[in-house]
Amino acid sequence: MSVAPGRPQASSHRSPQGEGISMSTTLTLPSKAPLLTRTCWGAWLVALIVLCVLAPVLNLWVPAGSVFHMSDFAVALMAKIMCYAICALAMDLIWGYTGILSLGHGLFFALGGYAMGMYLMRQIGTDGNYKSKLPDFMVFLDWKTLPWHWTFSDSFAATLFLVVAVPGLVAFVFGYFAFRSRIKGVYFSIITQAMTFAAMLLFFRNETGFGGNNGFTDFKRILNIPIATPSMRMALFVLTSITLLLFFLLGRWLVTAKFGRVLQAVRDAETRVMFSGYNPIGYKLTIWTISAMMCGVAGALYVPQVGIINPSEMSPANSIEIAIWAAVGGRATLLGPIVGAFIVNGAKSWLTIAYPEFWLYFLGALFIGVTLYLPDGVVGLVKKLKGGTK
Amino acid sequence: MPKRFHQFLSIVMLCMAAKALALTPEHAKAIAMGESDSRIEALRASVAAADEKTVQFIQALSDDAVKVVAGKPVIVKDDKAIDPVSGTETAVPDTAEDVMNNNRMRGELDTALASLKLLSPDAAVRRGAVKTLQGEVDESKLPLIDKAFAHETVPDIRDRLGLLRAAALLSSADKTKRLEAANLLAESSLAATKTLLIERLQTEGDAQVKAALQFSLSRVEARLAWGDRLGAIFSGISLGSILLLVALGLAITYGLMGVINMAHGELMMIGAYATYVVQGLFQKYLPGAFDWYLPASVPVAFMASALVGAALERSVIRFLYGRPLETLLATWGISLMLMQGVRTLFGAQNVGVENPSWMSGGVQVMGNLSLPYNRLVIVGFAFAVLAGVAFLIGKTRLGLFVRGVTQNRPIASCMGVNTARIDTYAFALGSGIAGLAGCALSQVGNVGPDLGQGYIVDSFMVVVLGGVGQLAGTVYAALGLGILNKFLEGWTGAVLAKIAVLVFIIIFIQKRPQGIFAMKGRSAEA
Repeated sequence: MSVAPGRPQASSHRSPQGEGISMSTTLTLPSKAPLLTRTCWGAWLVALIVLCVLAPVLNLWVPAGSVFHMSDFAVALMAKIMCYAICALAMDLIWGYTGILSLGHGLFFALGGYAMGMYLMRQIGTDGNYKSKLPDFMVFLDWKTLPWHWTFSDSFAATLFLVVAVPGLVAFVFGYFAFRSRIKGVYFSIITQAMTFAAMLLFFRNETGFGGNNGFTDFKRILNIPIATPSMRMALFVLTSITLLLFFLLGRWLVTAKFGRVLQAVRDAETRVMFSGYNPIGYKLTIWTISAMMCGVAGALYVPQVGIINPSEMSPANSIEIAIWAAVGGRATLLGPIVGAFIVNGAKSWLTIAYPEFWLYFLGALFIGVTLYLPDGVVGLVKKLKGGTK
Repeated sequence: MPKRFHQFLSIVMLCMAAKALALTPEHAKAIAMGESDSRIEALRASVAAADEKTVQFIQALSDDAVKVVAGKPVIVKDDKAIDPVSGTETAVPDTAEDVMNNNRMRGELDTALASLKLLSPDAAVRRGAVKTLQGEVDESKLPLIDKAFAHETVPDIRDRLGLLRAAALLSSADKTKRLEAANLLAESSLAATKTLLIERLQTEGDAQVKAALQFSLSRVEARLAWGDRLGAIFSGISLGSILLLVALGLAITYGLMGVINMAHGELMMIGAYATYVVQGLFQKYLPGAFDWYLPASVPVAFMASALVGAALERSVIRFLYGRPLETLLATWGISLMLMQGVRTLFGAQNVGVENPSWMSGGVQVMGNLSLPYNRLVIVGFAFAVLAGVAFLIGKTRLGLFVRGVTQNRPIASCMGVNTARIDTYAFALGSGIAGLAGCALSQVGNVGPDLGQGYIVDSFMVVVLGGVGQLAGTVYAALGLGILNKFLEGWTGAVLAKIAVLVFIIIFIQKRPQGIFAMKGRSAEA
């Protein structure tokens, strides 16, 4: 955490892309880039209005027969993909900007989801199949009392705290030990994969008190309001949109600040950063924990909308998929991961219905094609094409 | 079944001829009809002194072939009603009612048949009968067991019969007999004896017998514990040798070449499917030589995976050298495509790969410890592959080139080594070894499109733990993890053991990021 205080930051040897820093050797501080340019603010506001005003109007008030009607299916799909986009954004912060590929982000997503799921299970109250105050699966296992880790699950405020705190704490502890022993690159990726794999096995057990392989489902209400109504669905949709847009701003703020520049320097030449007097551990640990917390929030938004959470969310395959969303869209751009999440998941929801046997071929080809031919993703490609026509 | 049944009948006739007490109509009626309790009593009484007709009748009862006609039980066979006593045949009238056997009655019938089978001249039938009777005996079976014990010549069956006899004696009302039984049982190494002793201890009233039982129990438990321990070591070595096979290929592609190959598991799957295909060909064209299909499929599995590996290296991986994270993603994509490809070709279901006959069965080392041949073969195979790889890398020209290229690519190139070709060869070798692993796995587990997925995390753990660029490290790590895993399984169950092992590795890597055997160097890049 010790950033050498008072020392002016030398302009980094390799300039981060998109920032106009001169290659001078004088110790000039690069001027701080604005959070967003005016056009970008405009686009951001348009996105906000479309998602938070237009979408509800088109879904709830435009009659179902109209061409302008937004179907419930579209709302559900969009909301789901926006949750994924938050994950992709989180992945981009740690992978695209810091160069640390995590194959364990599915775990943080699921932890956030489970924290929310516990609350939703308690909200079912006595309306479950067994009419008991305990969640159905506990009655089924013949448990008489709630296990200790369910203590605060009936409080919404505590749940909101846990959604952020649990993934954050797991990430902090894991990251502290990993970064302290200077585990990096592929080693780190493989160990994060082992971590999520171990957690998946653990959550599959009935005695850990997370519903075993069925997980949590059959939710009835949230904040005592029925969950399966159109207006509730829309409220969650709007909430997810706002979260995504705010996280985008947060990411932008992080990467334009000095903090973000150090992260990019760590990505490009960690040894050099160390020799320049920075201790990269604090930087890496901070962004790693923030990234995990973002995933946790995404999971918590995902669960009430999808209506189920089970341990398969932690399978290593899911975590790798998050990486491909970021890679398809374009790493080290904040728009890229969001675009990538929409492209890949849009293709997934179409292909798995239209040509189910081709989906894995497509996904596999996407992994290979993007790494071989599109290192900067779709956003990079568009930028390149634009640059070419100028 | 009918053939075996007839065999069995003739056997029983031979054995019983001397002491045949005819089955009376009253007996048959008592066994077939009435309340379960009275039927069981009648059944037990008739077993002690059975003739061939009794056996026939009990067998028929057990096969649900007995009906009741006009208050008399008859055996129904080929639409004929046969009187169990006289043997006269009549047509089956419509009024015939089935004899219903509940589960308790069925159990009794099975026990009765098994005790009669104790006298069969076929050793396998006798062995089976002894196994069935374990834990089911009481004093009423004693005369039969005594008789069988006296006739028995095969040593291991005789030992088991002795235990059976002791177990039967244990429920005797006579104290001296119980004492004798308790002492006899101390020599047992069967898990069933332990349960039996514990059960008896709870009901035993006599202090002397109780002490004897306690002593026997501790002896049996000590022996069982040894068997368990040895069994855990063996299954640890067995798991370790599988991990070794899986990780050896990775030790080359990842350890030497630095390529993160997430499709390694799928290359194993290809090897397993190659074995399946060879098996199919042998079944179709060489059914006589079916037992030889496994040796034949070893080179086929190697070549199939090696070719796929070479193709992957040429088409994808070579463009990603030096970019490990990208390699990881691209090979993950490859693994998805390979899995889906196999699903398209062979279907999503698991396919059946049979063990050749020489691999089924096992060596019985102790009462509760038997080493299956297929596991033993795999342990041997793993070490043979290890020796082959060590030889190839350490002693041959190809191995020299591979080591040279991995240590210093530009210099190797200057010396005239075609580095691109060596990369392809090395990757194909690593893939081929994955194919061999798949061939071995097909003998102990399911062969399906997901075969590789289950091993990929484990195999990377082995390589990471062992240290990159090290064959010796891979060996120690594989065997160590295998044995550790199996011992933890004994304490905590399979899943928690696996979690514990993963946590252990994560912590271990914290302490020694370079694995057990670190490469020495001064690079600031750890």
